[in-house]
This record gives sequence, structure tokens and C-alpha cells, in this order.
Amino acid sequence: MEELKIALRVNDLDNVATIFANGIKDGMEVEIRDKKGNKETVTVIGDVPYGHKIAVKDIHVKEQIIKYGEEIGVATHEIKRGEYVHVHNLDSMRGRGDLEKETVQ
Amino acid sequence: MTTWYGYRRADGSVGSRNYVAVIPSVTCANDVANAICREVQGTVTYMHHQGCCQLPPDLDRVTETLISLGKSPNVGAVLIVSLGCEGTDHARMYEELKATGKPTEIIHIQELGGVSKAIREGTDIARRLVMEISSQQREPADVSEIVMAIKCGASDTTSGMASNCVIGYVADKLVDLGATVIFGETTEFLGGEHLLAKRAVNEEVGKKIFQIVNEMEERAKSIGCDMRRGQPTPGNIAGGLSSIEEKSLGAIVKSGTRPIQGVLEYPEHVTNQKGLWIKDSPGREPEILTGMAATGAQFMCFSTGRGAPQGFPSMPVIKICGNPNTYENMKDDMDLNAGLIITGDKTIEEVGEEAFALLLEVLNGKMTKNEAIQYFSAIDIHCLGPVI
Repeated sequence: MEELKIALRVNDLDNVATIFANGIKDGMEVEIRDKKGNKETVTVIGDVPYGHKIAVKDIHVKEQIIKYGEEIGVATHEIKRGEYVHVHNLDSMRGRGDLEKETVQ
Repeated sequence: MTTWYGYRRADGSVGSRNYVAVIPSVTCANDVANAICREVQGTVTYMHHQGCCQLPPDLDRVTETLISLGKSPNVGAVLIVSLGCEGTDHARMYEELKATGKPTEIIHIQELGGVSKAIREGTDIARRLVMEISSQQREPADVSEIVMAIKCGASDTTSGMASNCVIGYVADKLVDLGATVIFGETTEFLGGEHLLAKRAVNEEVGKKIFQIVNEMEERAKSIGCDMRRGQPTPGNIAGGLSSIEEKSLGAIVKSGTRPIQGVLEYPEHVTNQKGLWIKDSPGREPEILTGMAATGAQFMCFSTGRGAPQGFPSMPVIKICGNPNTYENMKDDMDLNAGLIITGDKTIEEVGEEAFALLLEVLNGKMTKNEAIQYFSAIDIHCLGPVI
């Protein structure tokens, strides 16, 4: 039997985990691990490239996305547990000259 | 006690290399400086693009950065190549570098009657300077005399979990031994600045950290667009970094955990500042590598995930790769494989100790892969105002 691929959750507050494995496809199972050695299995939603992230719990629109125990952006869509998280459903809140422009107009 | 061996300079600093720096005072002198450099072994040059038709604060910034590059402990003698009509202050460069006690010379292309004559004259001077400093021997130096610059480039999500952790380990170790460590890339504090400010030695330094981050962010926002694609770069995004916040939180890991003593301006050269310092600088390689060399760093530890091969002419750069796939793919350019942390084959401490042993060897003269491949001509000086 092939070994389960690992998704690393670096901080207890994190709602995403990073997968360091090639060939992670939609529907595959991965094991989320934290620094304390806790493990849980999740089914991946979407194809996830090496070093990219999945949600470890459901994340709602406008909710903060947390990695390293800190905000790395906010969700722009409803995100399911196990779903691929990247620029298509995460928005940066910094260096956003475009948002200020909209406010001014 | 850990001892290393370097070139002791008149100002007390110790270099890991012993170059003659051929410094163009303005971009218009680059080709002459480069021609001299090609002719004379043991020389380096800095092919920057600044020094004329800029606002006075930027002209001062360029003048001071070039002076600081000449003051670098890795530089044993200086030849300034001036065009003659530039906006930078070549006379000040000459006076301040002469005052350090280093052999310092200057030539003016217009005054010498043109490019060919300037190359001939400059080549003769550079040869004499190289011979003059070539008899200097390495002498024992203490670990506390180390000035290490750190940087990450072409990052991906392995950077914050492997290679930057290794540099953080080394940074803490060097700070504890009384050395100086400089980190920068102010843009890559966005989203993590509150964590850095908490480590400031006092309230004033904490405020300064928020101030430089705010200034950097406001400059980016003034263009009226989303910063993404500029920072993080398309390569960062392809590597899994979704936002500048995520990139920053991984980037600041390389600064370790020790208190932050203060913020250095971009052209600033350290004198006797010990501990961990910030250099206010952008993330892009040509500009930050120049800023770090100007600081007086004898070498740099450079973390990468996707594989950044760039270096700097007079500052050895050690490449520490966090991505095991990239390391295998770009072995000829990467010095150390921190990807073994990601694969679970080594711990941060194990690779950290390897990095520490390697940096002492590099200080003692061992060539880095970047020096061997000579991939370091694309450099520049970071300016704030427009070219006018």
C-alpha cells in the first residue's frame, strides 16, 4: 500500500496546511500533521502542486486565512475542508493600491 | 573560541576577500571600469545604472552607497572611474575613501582625453594597486568580527519552512557569539512587521520598523494597483506563495529570534554595531545585494526555493536551497541542500551547523558556487525618486 502524503500545519491557529509532494490530484487522501504529531486524514479537492496549500477546515467568504498563526489573506469564496487554497480563492490585504483607488472614486 | 582568517584593514574591519574595486562614479563610466576589470585579475567592478539626472537626495544616496562599497572590508584598494560631468560627488568619494587608509586613486575620462586613454591609464593604475595589496596576508580574526548579510530570493513555500529556518539558526548563533547580522527586504515585512516590532530593542526602533514598512507600502500603493505579480512574483505564486503576507511571514524567519538593534539606511556602512540589524531595502536582488555589500558584510547567506543564482562581485554569496527538487535540478549553483529538512532526512539544527561550518570556510577563502560561476554583474543601487 502506498504511504499517505503529508500536509504540514505549522501552527495550531492555522486553517491551511502545506503539501510537499508531487502529483496530488483531486479526490486523493492526504494526512494533515502538526508539530505535536497529531494526524487526521482529509480528501483533497482540486489538483494541488508541490508546496501549495489546502484548507484544514471549512473557511467562509471574508474569513481570515491563517498560516504560521498569522493572517496571510482573506477568503474570496466559500472554501471546503481539503480544498486547494491559492490566489483563486485567497486575496491579499496588503499593497492594494487598487482598493484605495476604488474607494477614492 | 572560533577563529577565522581574513584581511585586516586600517579601520579595524576584517575582509574575507582582497579585491581592488574599480568603481564607476556614474553609469556612464561603466564601460571603462569594466574594460579595466577585464584586463586586470584581482579586480571587481559594479555596473550600476545611477549617478546622473536624478534628484539631489538620490545623488547623495548613490555617492554614499559607492563610498560604502569602497569601504567594504573585502576591498583592499579602490580606483574610482569618473566621467567628469556626473551628478554624483566623485571628489567626496575620493576624499572619504582615501581617508580610510586604503590605497585610493581616481581617473576622469573626459580629462584624460576619452575612453581608450582612460582604459589605458586605469589599467596601469589597477595593475599597480593589485600588486600593492597582493602581499597582504590573512590574519586571525574573532567570530565577533563577522558581519553576515542574509537574504531570500526566488522563494517558494519551502523557504519559510526550511532554508530560512537554517539561516535563522545561523543568525541566532552568530548574534550570540557577538557578531553582526543584517537583514532587509522591507517589502517582505508586510504582514509580519508586528512580529519584528515586538523584537525591537526599544520603542523607537519598533516605531521605525512600522515606519519603513509603511513608506515602502505607500510607494507601491501610489501607483494605484494590486502589488501582486510585482510582489509576490509569478515565480513565488507558482511556488505556492499566495500573498505578500505569506511570503513575508516565511521571509522573516531568516532573521532568527534575537532582538533587533536598529534600522540602517540603504547606503549606511556599519562601524561597530553588533547584533541583529535591519537594512531598509527592497527585495529585488541587484539592489539589495548592493545595499548589503555597502553595509560591510564579508559574505551573504542567501536562501532560495525556486533557484536564484545571483551574487555580488565583492561579496561571496552562499546559496542555501530549501526545495529538494530545485537543489537536485540546480546543484551547480546551490551550496547547501536544506531540502533535506522538507524530506525529513535532516533537522534544522543539523543543516544549520553545516551552514555555520561552510560560512567559516567561505570567510577563510573557500569559493562559493556563485563565485565559481561568476554570476554577479547585474547589480544596481536602490533610488527613491525618478530619473529626470
